[in-house]
Amino acid sequence: MACKTCSVPFKGTPEQEKELKAAIALMKDEPGSLMPIIQKAQEIYGYLPIEVQTMISDETGVPIERIYGISTFYAQFTLEPKGQYQISVCLGTACYVKGSNLVLEKIEEILGIKPGQCTPDGKFSLDSCRCVGACGLAPVMMINGEVYGRLTVDQVPVILAKY
Amino acid sequence: MYRSHVLVCGGTGCTSSGSLKVKEAFEKAIKAEGLEKEVAVVETGCHGLCQMGPVVIVYPDATFYARVEAKDVEEIVKEHLLKGRIVKRLVYEEAQTEDGVKTLADTNFYSKQVRVALRNCGVINPEDIDEYIGTGGYEALGKVLTEMTPDEVIQVILDSGLRGRGGAGFPTGLKWKLCRPNQADKKYVCCNGDEGDPGAFMDRSVLEGDPHAVLEAMAIAGYAIGSDQGYIYVRAEYPIAVERLKIAIKQAREYGLLGKNIFGTGFNFDIDLRLGAGAFVCGEETALMTSIEGKRGEPRPRPPFPAVKGLFGKPSILNNVETYANIPQIILKGAEWFASMGTEKSKGTKVFALGGKIKNTGLVEIPMGTPLRTIIENIGGGIPNGKKFKAVQTGGPSGGCIPAQYIDIPVDYENLASIGCIVGSGGMIVMDEDNCMVDIAKFFLEFTVDESCGKCTACRIGTRRMLEILTKITDGKATMDDLTKLEELCLYVKNNSLCALGQTAPNPVLSTLKFFKDEYIAHIVDKKCPAGVCKALMTYNIDPAKCIGCKACAKGCPANAIKVNANSEVKEGKKLPYLVIGDECVKCGACQATCKFGAIYKK
Repeated sequence: MACKTCSVPFKGTPEQEKELKAAIALMKDEPGSLMPIIQKAQEIYGYLPIEVQTMISDETGVPIERIYGISTFYAQFTLEPKGQYQISVCLGTACYVKGSNLVLEKIEEILGIKPGQCTPDGKFSLDSCRCVGACGLAPVMMINGEVYGRLTVDQVPVILAKY
Repeated sequence: MYRSHVLVCGGTGCTSSGSLKVKEAFEKAIKAEGLEKEVAVVETGCHGLCQMGPVVIVYPDATFYARVEAKDVEEIVKEHLLKGRIVKRLVYEEAQTEDGVKTLADTNFYSKQVRVALRNCGVINPEDIDEYIGTGGYEALGKVLTEMTPDEVIQVILDSGLRGRGGAGFPTGLKWKLCRPNQADKKYVCCNGDEGDPGAFMDRSVLEGDPHAVLEAMAIAGYAIGSDQGYIYVRAEYPIAVERLKIAIKQAREYGLLGKNIFGTGFNFDIDLRLGAGAFVCGEETALMTSIEGKRGEPRPRPPFPAVKGLFGKPSILNNVETYANIPQIILKGAEWFASMGTEKSKGTKVFALGGKIKNTGLVEIPMGTPLRTIIENIGGGIPNGKKFKAVQTGGPSGGCIPAQYIDIPVDYENLASIGCIVGSGGMIVMDEDNCMVDIAKFFLEFTVDESCGKCTACRIGTRRMLEILTKITDGKATMDDLTKLEELCLYVKNNSLCALGQTAPNPVLSTLKFFKDEYIAHIVDKKCPAGVCKALMTYNIDPAKCIGCKACAKGCPANAIKVNANSEVKEGKKLPYLVIGDECVKCGACQATCKFGAIYKK
């Protein structure tokens, strides 16, 4: 199961757990309340790791595979957390031939995560993206919407250190 | 009483262009001038002309200010509200005349429109139930509960000729009639607010601008079919609509217009909200119902139809937001009034979301049967930049294209169906000569491939194979054999898919193949994209007459594809090295953006 490989250890607080359990207790007898419960859980935790899915399963009595099925069906739900700073490296053609794959590799090396994952401290999450339309600045990456262009591998640690 | 009202649009379009700041600025400036007892500021729903946002309308004279920024507000307050002088430079260009301004209703964009579903959008404050009641709101529900039997209600809807506005165009009254006789301990009224077609936003505007109309209509539907519970399924991506629906439901409950014993008649009806979670297929009726039940939103085979076995296995009806928005008006003004608009088989009005290569993008509501030319040329203001009109895409990923030769076609269900197109939910994307039809078909297919739920093979695998062939065509690697295969696949997917998503997914391909086959052939045989869109089929070239050999492009080239031409010619007496682009080119266009002399062109 994909969530087994989750790169971030689960760090739910007792307050979060209490909030979720209270919400489930309030909603669970309503017909069709599973979706709103899962939405609430994502609102509380920001994502749906296996621990949270298990909690929902325990409280509602719904088998975990059904909850996993729903969590993976809808685009809104995510099993991986997003970091405080979301990095996306352009792997469009123009950036790729200018070596954005090397930039990506360097970031992976520094942060120790793969695209789609988040660092254990929740600070950075990493994604690759298609062309951002800044081919003149290739290779390009974005951190929380801010564009860094004409990147070299040497610049990567300097930029990441700013955050 | 206020002597003047300032209406600031709070729809999604205008909010994105900063209308909330404008509203704050008005409140501040009006207070600063001591006018707060004379002038009221109202945040409304969408006016339709999203292109011109943020939109501000000052009543009683209905002056239409367009693209208002916070810094303009002080001038409007000091000049218009204090001294009664209209700030002409900020008035919507088309409403300006030589001797003053015309009213909004007289501008091209509005004069051809008839607003039924959108009648309150941009006029009332959607967060205040009293304003809705003030325009005749909940009167229809009162009339239905106290003067009419459920069968009479259904008959009125049947007589009005109202058909589903979500896309399929099934007669609404018939849907209700089929559900009414089915006995069960519980029945459900559902509202489809899972508007997912790219480029369509009419339901969002109704929910944002006039949420009570939908609640009232659902209660009427509940009375007609014998249900006491409604569900509105709305996209989570529409936060403003969700918020306003929550407020509206709360207010309606407080006023006793939802809940137990409505109007003291013993009729009970309540409504709950369910948020979607980002799945296009949930716009399909059975998938929407399985999603409300809290499962993966996959469609199921019909029959049994929802009227017999729908939500939670009980008899249910599902109507679209815009369909509901028409119903209170039909009850109040009568079936004849509604049936007097439109064509023989398509009655009433329809809201379209006009977008793409058109001057006035926004929402327009027109009587069914209005010629396409009126929509494009009069209401939409034509194609910008003097380009030539090529086609209109309607119905999003389930629809097709209306080519230029059919520009005089009256827009209604039958006429569009006759040329392989659909009214659909009402997205209308206008395309000009610069749009490649193969690329458009590919765009919609990418969408359906992403959104196919995967339950049935025809849709899951069929659409993917179709996309592969289309990609081959736009890459210039296809043969005429592929085109035959593509057509076969289209028919296969259409005939064998479980739900409407798959059954209609080939439409964008079939329709472009029907009217623009020459473009497909140009891609396959000549390896050319006539519109100059498909990257793989274009080449970048350097015009030796303009190139001065500065090499700025070569420095910016990511692929080092630009080199000095060994055979450079003599120019103005001097031998200048001009450049050429080689096979390494990745067609990113960076060189064209860099060149200060306009020497680089694509062909």
